Amino acid sequence: MENDKLVITSSPHIFDDDSVEKIMYGVIIALLPASIMGVYYFGLHALLLIVTCVITAVLTEALFQKARNYPVTIKDGSAVITGLLLALNLPPGLPAWMAVVGTVVAIILGKQIFGGLGHNPFNPALVGRAFLVASFPVAMTTWLSPVDATTTATPLGLMKLEGIPTDYWSLFIGKIGGTIGETSALAILIGAGYLLYKGYIDWRIPLSYIGTVAVLTTVFGRDPIFHIFAGGLMLGAFFMATDMVTTPITKKGRWIFGIGAGILVVVIRLWGGYPEGASYSILLMNGITPLLNRYTRPRVFGEVKKNA
Amino acid sequence: MKIWKDFIKGLWEENPTFRLLIGMCPVLAVTNAAINGVAMGLATLFVLVCSSTIISLIKNLIPSKVRIPCYIVVIATFVTIADLVLAAYFPDIHAVLGLFVPLIVVNCLILGRAEAFASKNTVTRSFFDALGMGLGFTWALTFLSIIREVLGMGSIFGFRVLGEWFTPFLIFVLPPGAFITLGIIVGLMNTFTRKTA
Repeated sequence: MENDKLVITSSPHIFDDDSVEKIMYGVIIALLPASIMGVYYFGLHALLLIVTCVITAVLTEALFQKARNYPVTIKDGSAVITGLLLALNLPPGLPAWMAVVGTVVAIILGKQIFGGLGHNPFNPALVGRAFLVASFPVAMTTWLSPVDATTTATPLGLMKLEGIPTDYWSLFIGKIGGTIGETSALAILIGAGYLLYKGYIDWRIPLSYIGTVAVLTTVFGRDPIFHIFAGGLMLGAFFMATDMVTTPITKKGRWIFGIGAGILVVVIRLWGGYPEGASYSILLMNGITPLLNRYTRPRVFGEVKKNA
Repeated sequence: MKIWKDFIKGLWEENPTFRLLIGMCPVLAVTNAAINGVAMGLATLFVLVCSSTIISLIKNLIPSKVRIPCYIVVIATFVTIADLVLAAYFPDIHAVLGLFVPLIVVNCLILGRAEAFASKNTVTRSFFDALGMGLGFTWALTFLSIIREVLGMGSIFGFRVLGEWFTPFLIFVLPPGAFITLGIIVGLMNTFTRKTA
């Protein structure tokens, strides 16, 4: 009984032309404004770090997959993103070899050891960054000023240790100390707008994440605008807390993820030992993502709510 | 032959640290410098050999319902001896190892060998089983702590082996370094010795 008109398949029934490659390259395009601003402010060494991280990430992934006899998947662009995101999370004056170490850790310990793209519980770029912060605490917290390339502190560090605020305009365009990609909120917002327009990221996580930080900092009598634009919150909220692999897949789970991460950021910033906590907040929430997925599973259509 | 097998299996085939993954608390906690790893390994070796032998000797006298408390009393005796000897002759190491020496009492490697081996086998076999397991534990701790000390401080047993060019990876003397190093070693061991299916 061959019948071309009657096709019987199981779900899903709706298809579009998105693929892993397409989404990954979309994210790379969205990261370009932040990268360009980073190079503009921090000079050639920032460019060197970005190129180093990207090349190392792709090479490490290819070599590891070769060594383990897995199919080599460097063309899907996910290694490029990991390298690029890690570079944007590094201080602009970091020695290049440390960036190489961080990238190798990010790709191997953060991603490949769990089975590659789609199987990693933690955001690989943030794993690399956390490794570097624990290994080289001094080099990872030496910030350069975009104005005269002298050593400076981040706005959050200035606020926390010396109580000096930074003006909003500098925070917005990124004329401040910080990692290569986090300083310019403007550039990040341009990239994020592109991703939201393409539908590659869900607005729920950035909104609940940033919103929670805004509400909590207001409640505790701090300046919410300062806390939104300072530090790595913007970059984290749009590019790392929205990673498809390591964040919840349900809508309710995403709200909880964003709120939880926001609470963690505020707790670390106001009472913790570090001036900034965006990367740790996302890593910690990555850890409970499987639980969130499990407990926020939507009801199957027609299923009757169980009486407890 | 049987005795040789009892002895040799603890070194590699059933290595307590890299294969059975038991007694993880000292493995992760005190392996931040080579000297600590060696000292902890030897202290555990001493307690393991003595207590396994004694337990094997008195296994028929112990009522099975209260066997665990009896094992603990035997083990605790030898741990106290090891603790006092360390405190008397090696006060520096004793100060570093601190709480982890008394904690040998609850090391599941020792209780595990007592329960699973010494209480069922002859004294000679129990002795060689404990010796193999203890030496396996000692080399594992030494190996782990040498790697961590080289990467984390650039030295072995306190002697600088890597030149001034080397920037220590601080993470390897911190707790996460223990997990990372142990995980990588276990993974590599499994990869290279996996039996072909």
